[in-house]
Amino acid sequence: MGGLMKNTMEWIDTRFPLTKVWNEHLAQYYAPKNFNWMYFFGSLAILMLVNQILTGVFLTINYKPDAKLAFDSVEYIMRDVEWGWLIRYMHSTGASAFFVVVYMHMFRGLVYGSYKKPRELVWIFGMIIYLALMAEAFMGYLLPWGQMSYWGAQVIVSLFGAIPYVGEDLALWLRGDYVIADATLNRFFAFHVIAIPLILVILVFVHIVALHQVGSNNPEGIEIKKFKDEKGRPLDGIPFHPYYTVKDMVGVAVFLIIFALIIFFMPEMGGYFLEHANFIPADPMKTPEHIAPVWYFTPFYAILRAVPDKFGGVLAMGGAIVIMFLLPWLDRGVNKSIRYRGPVFKAAIIAFVISFIGLGYYGMQPVTPVGTFFSRFFSIVYFGFFLLMPFYSNIGQDKHVPDRVGQK
Amino acid sequence: MKNLIITLLMATSFQAFAAGGSIKLEHANVDLTDKASLQRGAKYFVNYCLSCHSAKHLRYSRMAKDLAMDTELVENNLIFTESKFLDGMTISMKAEDSQKWFGVAPPDLSLIARSRGSDWLYTYLKGFYLDSSRPFGMNNIAFPDVGMPHVLADLQGLTEAVYVEEEKSDGTVKEVIDHIKVVKPGKLNEEEYDQAMHDLVNFITYLSEPVQLERQQLGKKVILFLLLMLIIFYFLKKEYWKDIH
Repeated sequence: MGGLMKNTMEWIDTRFPLTKVWNEHLAQYYAPKNFNWMYFFGSLAILMLVNQILTGVFLTINYKPDAKLAFDSVEYIMRDVEWGWLIRYMHSTGASAFFVVVYMHMFRGLVYGSYKKPRELVWIFGMIIYLALMAEAFMGYLLPWGQMSYWGAQVIVSLFGAIPYVGEDLALWLRGDYVIADATLNRFFAFHVIAIPLILVILVFVHIVALHQVGSNNPEGIEIKKFKDEKGRPLDGIPFHPYYTVKDMVGVAVFLIIFALIIFFMPEMGGYFLEHANFIPADPMKTPEHIAPVWYFTPFYAILRAVPDKFGGVLAMGGAIVIMFLLPWLDRGVNKSIRYRGPVFKAAIIAFVISFIGLGYYGMQPVTPVGTFFSRFFSIVYFGFFLLMPFYSNIGQDKHVPDRVGQK
Repeated sequence: MKNLIITLLMATSFQAFAAGGSIKLEHANVDLTDKASLQRGAKYFVNYCLSCHSAKHLRYSRMAKDLAMDTELVENNLIFTESKFLDGMTISMKAEDSQKWFGVAPPDLSLIARSRGSDWLYTYLKGFYLDSSRPFGMNNIAFPDVGMPHVLADLQGLTEAVYVEEEKSDGTVKEVIDHIKVVKPGKLNEEEYDQAMHDLVNFITYLSEPVQLERQQLGKKVILFLLLMLIIFYFLKKEYWKDIH
């Protein structure tokens, strides 16, 4: 048996570098030994990508991308397709969970300086993934063809109309009609199930290849490659497999418990994951009282509404995302991890988190004078966090970073 | 008289403004394990709702299975339309006709409990009151100027709104509806009507997602399995990591 196994592996390895790839990315990929729970979110994001693709394939089998049939086909999946309800809830909850996981993953990068040299490209690829994920989620949300699907898409696509000269034509080109209609549904379906998932998978691959080129950061922000043993293995590194595969399984189990609690006991999540108005079929003649995007877009929606001018709002919203790409060059601090950074940077991170959550909250609410005031205030903090970073990021950074993990 | 109409108009316009969700909803106390209540609710539903409203996504057969009713009972007592046992609950009234008669086509009720909420439905079904300014003579506290007539009036009887004066933050006093009182009794007394509406809302909640009870029961097993998995993975991790310091 062992001989057969060995022969088979040899046969494969002469034709495809299976053992080499396995070793380079798992069995002999040395990750810092001091990862904490914040490092679960990378593998959880991959888990969610797989979940979305698998459940998505099964949904596609029964879903009909047709304005006359779409809404009813979703209810057909919910009621008549065997286990359809479970697959659909796994997909709808998975969308929100994907964003929770990705936001935590990005936050982890932010506090431990994982975007800093030499990992700038890891961050950039990650940001493109985030952008693709937003496009994926936005187009996917149109497919159930409920009121919020319809009017959410109507509002967001009409934003392109605010761009001078080409805006109206651009919006028309995106919709394929003068309003969101069957043509829009068809093309969003094509992008949601083929184009963007394909891009996402490729980007995730590139993100991981870039990461494995430079090696993982860690909560201490120490470069473990500085100190190696005689075989060239980092002294503070341990093979990803089996150490982090078994550890990530613990993270996966905890995550799945929370995921299952939502799927089985509160799939609507009080209207945050599945909005109440989306249980009403899309009606182009009837605008809902209050149109709000799903929670993961609301920080940017709040920034959009905070600016009085429509085109200015669109620019601010786009700028809020573009500016994140520049993070590796805006941060001029020497130390990576927040553990060894000055109080000014720590305070800035706290202010940023509060304003991001605050924007997310006000993005869900109807417009009120108080809401607009706070949206503006938080928008200024949001942009200030990034734009002022070159000036404050190296203040009071005098803490000594140890050479090795576990040293003082 | 003129003053009364103005106050009524003002009161209703205030209510219309409040339709966004600031009216106080009564609790429907939905209990999907109560099969008897669901069966009574089904009876009210096919008798009172299903002539104008459809529930096209609920098949009679599914209802029979979930509510433990046999085929014959459903066919003989609950199907009043052309529908067959395996069909969804559709109606024969055409949307363009009802649009003409009521000003708006009655919506399909398959998902109404998910878009409006069970408590809202309960408040709405108990919220009709006499209002001569409306075409059918009735208005509703949960849904001001609703197009639907009070089809349950033979059960509830006729009701009137009782107003109280309420001082607004700007010092002005407005009349708002405090509660609803029966002025001419129907077939059911107040308690019986509440019970009937509880049953009906229970059923409408069930039909908005027939799988929900099964979903929750399966969920308990899944969570239990995942907890076991977590324990095993935790000790596996500990075993692998014991030589890492």
